[in-house]
Amino acid sequence: MSEEKGGGCCAPPSGKASPCCGGGSPSKAVIRYEDAFVDGAVDTPAGPVPRIHSRIGSRDLLGRWRVRWGIGRDRYRVAPGLYALGAPDGNAPVLVTANYKLTFDVVRRDAAGLDAWILVLDTRGVNVWCAAGEGTFGTEEVIRRVTEARLSEVVSHRRLLLPQLGAPGVAAHEVRKGCGFSAAYGPVRARDIRSYLEAGWKASPEMRKVVFPTMDRLVLTPVEITGLLRPAGWAAVGLFLLAGVGPGIFSFGAAWERGFAAVAMLAAGILAGAVVTPVLLPWIPGRAFSVKGAVAGGVLAACAVMGLRGALEAPSALALLFAMTAVSSFVAMNFTGATPFTSPSGVEKEMRRALPVQAGLTLLAGLFWVGDAFLR
Amino acid sequence: MDGFRYLDGVASLRLADAACIGCGMCEEVCPHGIFAVAEGKARILDRDACMECGACAMNCPTKAISVNPGVGCAAAILAGWLSGSKPSCGCQ
Repeated sequence: MSEEKGGGCCAPPSGKASPCCGGGSPSKAVIRYEDAFVDGAVDTPAGPVPRIHSRIGSRDLLGRWRVRWGIGRDRYRVAPGLYALGAPDGNAPVLVTANYKLTFDVVRRDAAGLDAWILVLDTRGVNVWCAAGEGTFGTEEVIRRVTEARLSEVVSHRRLLLPQLGAPGVAAHEVRKGCGFSAAYGPVRARDIRSYLEAGWKASPEMRKVVFPTMDRLVLTPVEITGLLRPAGWAAVGLFLLAGVGPGIFSFGAAWERGFAAVAMLAAGILAGAVVTPVLLPWIPGRAFSVKGAVAGGVLAACAVMGLRGALEAPSALALLFAMTAVSSFVAMNFTGATPFTSPSGVEKEMRRALPVQAGLTLLAGLFWVGDAFLR
Repeated sequence: MDGFRYLDGVASLRLADAACIGCGMCEEVCPHGIFAVAEGKARILDRDACMECGACAMNCPTKAISVNPGVGCAAAILAGWLSGSKPSCGCQ
């Protein structure tokens, strides 16, 4: 079951937001019995199946924290294959999920108390929704894992429970043709699996819809920032160099002083676009993310200009206003990839309109800023 | 999705009425509750809420639904433009 989204690039419906990606190479196929979440084995006609428990330990929490900051996300995987949760028998449900450890942990935690089989696909360490979009959580992989695990010998029924957010990658009618198992789509969120099963494999309308609460948006912000560190670093170098340009050709004193102010502006613009805008998303006016980001950055820049009244010459104040608005707008636009409601057609339309404006504002800001140095 | 609306009039989602058999799979898989089946046919209730994930088209047994699924992610689209390839979510 899922959790994780990634319709577009990746985001999450509720609970465990997980931004884009990771992925790449296939996962090693060996289930490691020394993994902390494995606590034994269950004998089946198809051989022993590793048994997992539902406890989330400090190592799991640390791992979750690390991937939230983008550290080692590609490697945060479990081995694909069949696992047993509790004491499942031949009638127990088969829950299908991804081999991103964050997703796997959510499923074993939220399915606590159930006796179920967990069939883990090799999504290359990517959450269900993103992997479905990429096709790794897909029809062929489902058929392959069912066959490889000899599932038809392990269970007597012929039914799989797939996470609803896996549907962009899986054609239920093709799964049935390919391996004889029918595929039912369960709830969007793993925490609804038990209610879904208790209701006789029926989802309420709420279970079927993605949501995007404040907490989900907040947990996505660290990785937005870490992803921007490298380009921001290069931009900072450029700003320090540009800051030294003035009537005396190049001044190291000015480079340091004015450069520092410019980099502080850059950091504020990134925070406005990557943290303030996502958290306040539903309340900031505008539909396009570039507009929301421009509003957030513009308002913060206006506050900064008011606060620095007297210390700033008019051209520098305008430069601050334009640059922070442009940076915040551009950064906020990137958050489209982390949300569960932006369409690629919409993002493309928005980008065609917003990029020229952002570039124009940046150019104007640069002219005013460098010009100010010559006016002094 | 309550409180969240993206741009109107852009979604590429289309439903061919004649091919629809009213099986209800689209209604089941859509994460935004866009479809409703009544009297043996599916209907699109709110096209502008579509995020083009492609789940409905993928699971439509008669191919009555078409949509251009893709990556709704500015970074991926930009990278696609710059490299001249299809946007992909291979980020970083």
